[in-house]
Amino acid sequence: MEYKPIRKVVSGNYAAAYAAKHARVQVVAAYPITPQTSIIEKIAEFIANGEADIQYVPVESEHSAMAACIGASAAGARAFTATSAQGLALMHEMLHWASGARLPVVMVDVNRAMAPPWSVWDDQTDSLAQRDTGWLQFYAENNQEVYDGVLMAFKVAETVNVPAMVIESAFILSHTYDVVEMIPQELVDEFLPPREPLYDLANFEKPFSVGALGTPADYYEFRYKLAKAHEEAKKVIKEVGKEFGERFGRDYSQMIETYRTDDADFVFMGMGSLMGTVKQAVDVLREEGYKVGAAKVRWFRPFPKEELYELAKNVDGIAVLDRNFSFGQEGILFNEAKGALYNTGAKPLMKNYIVGLGGRDFTVNDVRKIAENMKAIIEKGELDVEVDWYHLKR
Amino acid sequence: MEIPENVKKRLSLPAEEHFYAGHTACQGCGAALGLRYVLKAYGRKTIFTIPACCSTIIAGAWPYNTLDANLFHTAFETTGAVLGGIEAALKARGIKVKGEDGVMVVGWAGDGGTADIGLQALSGFLERGHDALYIMYDNEAYMNTGIQRSSSTPFGAWTTNTPGGKKHFLEKRHKKKVIDIVIAHEIPYAATASVAYPEDFIRKLKKAQKTPGPSFIQLFAPCPTGWRSPTDKSIELARLAVQTAYFPLFEYENGKYKINMPSTKKEPKPIEEFLKLQGRFKYMTKEDIEVLQQWVNREWEKLKKLAEVFG
Repeated sequence: MEYKPIRKVVSGNYAAAYAAKHARVQVVAAYPITPQTSIIEKIAEFIANGEADIQYVPVESEHSAMAACIGASAAGARAFTATSAQGLALMHEMLHWASGARLPVVMVDVNRAMAPPWSVWDDQTDSLAQRDTGWLQFYAENNQEVYDGVLMAFKVAETVNVPAMVIESAFILSHTYDVVEMIPQELVDEFLPPREPLYDLANFEKPFSVGALGTPADYYEFRYKLAKAHEEAKKVIKEVGKEFGERFGRDYSQMIETYRTDDADFVFMGMGSLMGTVKQAVDVLREEGYKVGAAKVRWFRPFPKEELYELAKNVDGIAVLDRNFSFGQEGILFNEAKGALYNTGAKPLMKNYIVGLGGRDFTVNDVRKIAENMKAIIEKGELDVEVDWYHLKR
Repeated sequence: MEIPENVKKRLSLPAEEHFYAGHTACQGCGAALGLRYVLKAYGRKTIFTIPACCSTIIAGAWPYNTLDANLFHTAFETTGAVLGGIEAALKARGIKVKGEDGVMVVGWAGDGGTADIGLQALSGFLERGHDALYIMYDNEAYMNTGIQRSSSTPFGAWTTNTPGGKKHFLEKRHKKKVIDIVIAHEIPYAATASVAYPEDFIRKLKKAQKTPGPSFIQLFAPCPTGWRSPTDKSIELARLAVQTAYFPLFEYENGKYKINMPSTKKEPKPIEEFLKLQGRFKYMTKEDIEVLQQWVNREWEKLKKLAEVFG
């Protein structure tokens, strides 16, 4: 069957819901939270209209949403949920359970700032705080990447038996409508066949248990195997991304998408929707004579260390844009990127710009100001400050 | 060991064993007995989910599983939610759940994991109407953690965080009536059971298997370690709990209450007979015992009335 995309104008959340439907998820357990809710509402609508055959479990909390997905996944089903901010924090314990029990649950997290003060707007600290739970993390730049990300996440997760999170921005994507090219169901089915579980609780031939006490004699090896699965995931992500490109024309074989970086003096690096603005700014700045590029980190876990090195060895500077902050230290992507390069030969000047926290607007003009600053410090050969709270009202 | 057919016929319990010897329960453990009976009733075609509790250990550390059935160990507060997820997955896959030939999905959680930290997930499980069974085995404290009070711990009982000291004891609250909370969800089937009455327990398990929708059984399971009682007195204690009406056996079925024999055979024995075999109540004065006795009397009268009006 030849691929002819079905173009729909949808919000980021609806893109996620369509992707879950096209992935033929079997169990959805979820709890409402703004701005995630319309993902599950749309899925419920598919079920009510007979457009999707999904067991829907409307649970009483996010903690139970993840617990129910874990039970469903352990019993062989393809399980999906979505959440945001406080809801994701409430799930935290069970995120460890999903990865430890090697269950390929896929979840969409709508990046939203953590309270207090209460906020429903974009901020990456919620998902980045789940960094060490053993989940794969994919950050989507736009609604198309939300849709594509969910389909790829299932394929990668089910290959390496590690759960995966697809992350989109609150409101900037979740509630903003855009054209999304969807894939006909038959072709999705070819790309993503039914799940073959690692183990199946409904097989009674030889009784077994999952998640039992691991004594000091064995626990260590379980952790090692999960670590190896993340290494394996890097390979699988590139293969799946390449296959996706070959089948559907959108190539995701790079874990860090580079944009006009080949001859760049310095690059802007970041994750998620703000990178759309950055790419636009790069075009503007190039016309103004700046030799700049953009590096969008698509997969934060596993962390694309090798790709970062390939990028970093050819530039004089990296401006790391963090829509998040690790208190007592610095932006989380900045911290990770610096750490990843320490033992390599690449030592570009790196500066951390904290931007857009709690939904603060981030524009092309902001990128220009950052470019001016970066140019100045590169010429001088030293940083003014390492961490710059860019939007601060002074 | 093969049981001869003529002997099998005389047994009032299923002869098959699906609970392996070599488990790691303490001597006289009520929970271990309970698990054995559940497996006798349902056999291998059962999916258990067990949260943090003694039974996590009784079922064995990796790679062991002393249950002859599949088991998913889960986090402390998630039994109800995981049950729902497993059931949903089986239905999505077209696998029959419950009934004579269906898969039994069984949550097996202690009183701490049920009455306290897991109460919210239990409530969600009950009100959503999943086809699964939740068994709370009630040993009246957090035994696996080292005997700390739960909200199912009775008035006056010593535990390590509600000790009885020279001056007074700390446990001043009566046992939480989890079964009443469960019944408030208007589920099709809820019952109390005791390891001292295995025929009654297995009959209830069979009934839960036949009844569509969520079922709940609160199983009274003595703990010699936590109750400071002789290991050979567990069955006697479980029987006395029923005979004193401290833990009466009853069923709630589609809105109807039924008190089960032998709870109604004669007037309940004094609560002191149950208390005196256990070290955990030794700090109680005559007056304290009277406080507990009044509670038992009141609750027993309430249950009799319910059975009379909604029988």
